[in-house]
Amino acid sequence: MQKLQLLQNQFNPTSDDIFFHIVQAPPDPIFGIANAYKADTSSTKIDLGVGAYRTDEEKPYVFEIIKKLEKEIVNDPTLNKEYLPIEGLADFNKGCQKLMFGQNSPLIASGQIVTAQCLGGTGALRVGFEFVKRHIPGDVYVSKPTWSNHNQVIERAGLNQFEYPYFEPKTKGFNCAGTIECLSQARMGSIVLLHVCAHNPTGVDPTEAEWLQIADVCKKRRLVPFFDCAYQGFASGCIEKDVFAVRKFAELGFQMIVAQSFSKNMGLYNERVGAVHIVTSNKDISARVLSNLKIVIRTICSNPPAIGARIAAKILTDEKNFNAWVEELKTVTGRIIKMRTLLKQELDNLKVPGNWDHITRQTGFFTFTGLTPEQCDLLTKQYHVYLLRSGRMSMAGITSKNVRYLAESIKAVVQNK
Amino acid sequence: MQQVNQLNSTQQHIFSHLTQAPPDQIFGIMNAYKADTSDNKIDLGVGAYRTDEEKPYVFDVVKKIEQEIINDNTLNKEYLPIEGLPDFNKGCQMLLFGKDNPLIESGRIVTAQCLGGTGALRVGFDFVKRHLAGDVYVSNPTWSNHNQILDRTGLNQVNYPYYDPNTKGFNCSATLDCLSQAKQGSIVLLHVCAHNPTGVDPTETEWLQIADVCKARNLIPFFDCAYQGFASGCIEKDAFAVRKFAELGFQMIVAYSFSKNMGLYNERVGALHIVTPNKEISAIVLSNLKIVIRTLYSCPPAIGGRIASRILCNEKYFKEWIEELNTVTGRIIRMRTLLKNELDKLNVQGNWDHITRQTGFFTFTGLTPEQCDKLTQEHHIYLLRSGRMSMAGITSKNVSQLAEAIKIVVQNECDILLNN
Repeated sequence: MQKLQLLQNQFNPTSDDIFFHIVQAPPDPIFGIANAYKADTSSTKIDLGVGAYRTDEEKPYVFEIIKKLEKEIVNDPTLNKEYLPIEGLADFNKGCQKLMFGQNSPLIASGQIVTAQCLGGTGALRVGFEFVKRHIPGDVYVSKPTWSNHNQVIERAGLNQFEYPYFEPKTKGFNCAGTIECLSQARMGSIVLLHVCAHNPTGVDPTEAEWLQIADVCKKRRLVPFFDCAYQGFASGCIEKDVFAVRKFAELGFQMIVAQSFSKNMGLYNERVGAVHIVTSNKDISARVLSNLKIVIRTICSNPPAIGARIAAKILTDEKNFNAWVEELKTVTGRIIKMRTLLKQELDNLKVPGNWDHITRQTGFFTFTGLTPEQCDLLTKQYHVYLLRSGRMSMAGITSKNVRYLAESIKAVVQNK
Repeated sequence: MQQVNQLNSTQQHIFSHLTQAPPDQIFGIMNAYKADTSDNKIDLGVGAYRTDEEKPYVFDVVKKIEQEIINDNTLNKEYLPIEGLPDFNKGCQMLLFGKDNPLIESGRIVTAQCLGGTGALRVGFDFVKRHLAGDVYVSNPTWSNHNQILDRTGLNQVNYPYYDPNTKGFNCSATLDCLSQAKQGSIVLLHVCAHNPTGVDPTETEWLQIADVCKARNLIPFFDCAYQGFASGCIEKDAFAVRKFAELGFQMIVAYSFSKNMGLYNERVGALHIVTPNKEISAIVLSNLKIVIRTLYSCPPAIGGRIASRILCNEKYFKEWIEELNTVTGRIIRMRTLLKNELDKLNVQGNWDHITRQTGFFTFTGLTPEQCDKLTQEHHIYLLRSGRMSMAGITSKNVSQLAEAIKIVVQNECDILLNN
């Protein structure tokens, strides 16, 4: 006991137990829920935790086009296991630029976009923020609420963070005035972390007019936009429409950073496929930016893993594959949208107290239900429905078979006093 | 076009203050080699294995397993755990620490699947920075990326004088001397075998001396193991240092890479091990290690871990892998012998014993930066300016050309010295 008091939290180099002072860290809020769900033996359990797509049979889904391309790649004798360039596959990077900024974006031709293949969305965010810390350090403004890992990544990159009041609980919508007001008082040169579409966890996005207002305040305060794009295709169901914000800001001449993930929209989750884009003012600066970005990457992982980007590159640079992918993506996003409608209907049918319009108004994987942490706990403990304590529910885990039980469970916890 | 390139007066060039960073030492040489159009260029730069036909090599057992995995309908693309595949992690522990090492059963090894050797080093050093702090002692010289990684994780580094240019061997006494003056709780970065770039390793006795000074000063060993199998040609023998330190009761960290010994380079397969006193502390350490990983890239890529896992956990595949690895390491050892023979035949000035004495991928030739430049510019032979030569790039067809070029650049120096 004595030893504990003396050494807790403090590294003692002369101690026999060099790790003794380390305190148990809490489990990741999202992976923690996934593990709890796995351990649950109930036959009625529903997984609405992690944002990973499920079919109507509650099964994980690998895109057919992916399976086909994987086989092509593994059977291609011209491919080997040699290290990729530090910044990743050139074809992949070019394809990412076109998907994000538009096939004919003049920024691509002018060499103003520096792109590096990264390890999914998280990898792109960390590389981006390490670059920010090293070269354009400033406070980072994050939405309240935001994806839980954003706060951690920014903290580990050694940057200060502030919140802008993104979500308005009363309307369950985007708090535009509050956001603009907060950003208008940010120090010049601060970075603003913006979700491109299908905001995680709220599912609530600015309208096009509201995006223009955000752009205005960024110009006035010389704020650097840092976009996180993990759900292109999942918000409106249309790939182009979903990246309106990025393309508009690019058109308005912003220098900015974009983190792009293919985990969800290509279902490539565990192959860790993503990209970071840095938009500069000209190709000479781009060259300097790239040279420094490469050191950030070299000191994290040296170079990225090959297979995921090879698959994605074949999709992004081949018209036939691209069309096949967009079709499948529509099926996936379509099912999620259908589940939103179904759940709302069930809640209406059961006359569950409260206004549930937001279920169909919000977009993407998630709904910010408005349930309290206590109601969420009850949902989980009593009804084996797994979601985040923030009230964030992954719609991708709802099926035509479990939606009624879900609605009944929600009714029960809402009515429970 | 004009609109796009025009200076936007409401936002300054936020990146204009950046200066061009130098190209990566090692990848920079690789790119220069690629750009060279000469017919008789030789690539002795990056440590990637080449066959005797100068081709990259994918292990047959890896190809076979890849096919299995692609056709396995029970597998999907769901996120791996943050710390990676449990089978893979267990297999890594057994390979490095020994199949029956009691540390494994007792839960004293915390293991996480990482992104090759670099990924393991970065995760390990981020963990050190967050939880152990302390100066990090690195060998002089060491792999160039070690210094960069330490710099980026915000740790102080101090050199210990590893290499003795006079003997072209390990400078044991100076290393021990340096470490005996290190602040308590400092971390010591040690190469398990086939030291990069020198190819020179401590003997077993010298390892015990290093262990002694680490105990005396409470130094924390941080091993980097990227070449298990390549030093002596024997997997167990190559892991001697780690196994001995584990036996001596050290708490320590080990970064491990399968890039070279499974030829899995671009799939980024590696592991980080942290050895703790007991499984309760292991659980605490793991919980914190997971946050380090979660904030770097969330969770590791699947395919490489799956391939390696099948090799490590299946006796038949394991044997096939060892066979192929022996072929690979055997060829490199043969090239060392061939090169030494050629240099002797040509009566090249100097003592070239170190070519066959040093082990692993690399030879620290002793060539000066100027001689290396000449080798590259005049003879299209690519190596590091430190004199580090990757033996894996030598073939039976290019070895005489290489020896002749070395003779010329060494001769020139001698002529210049004589004439002065």
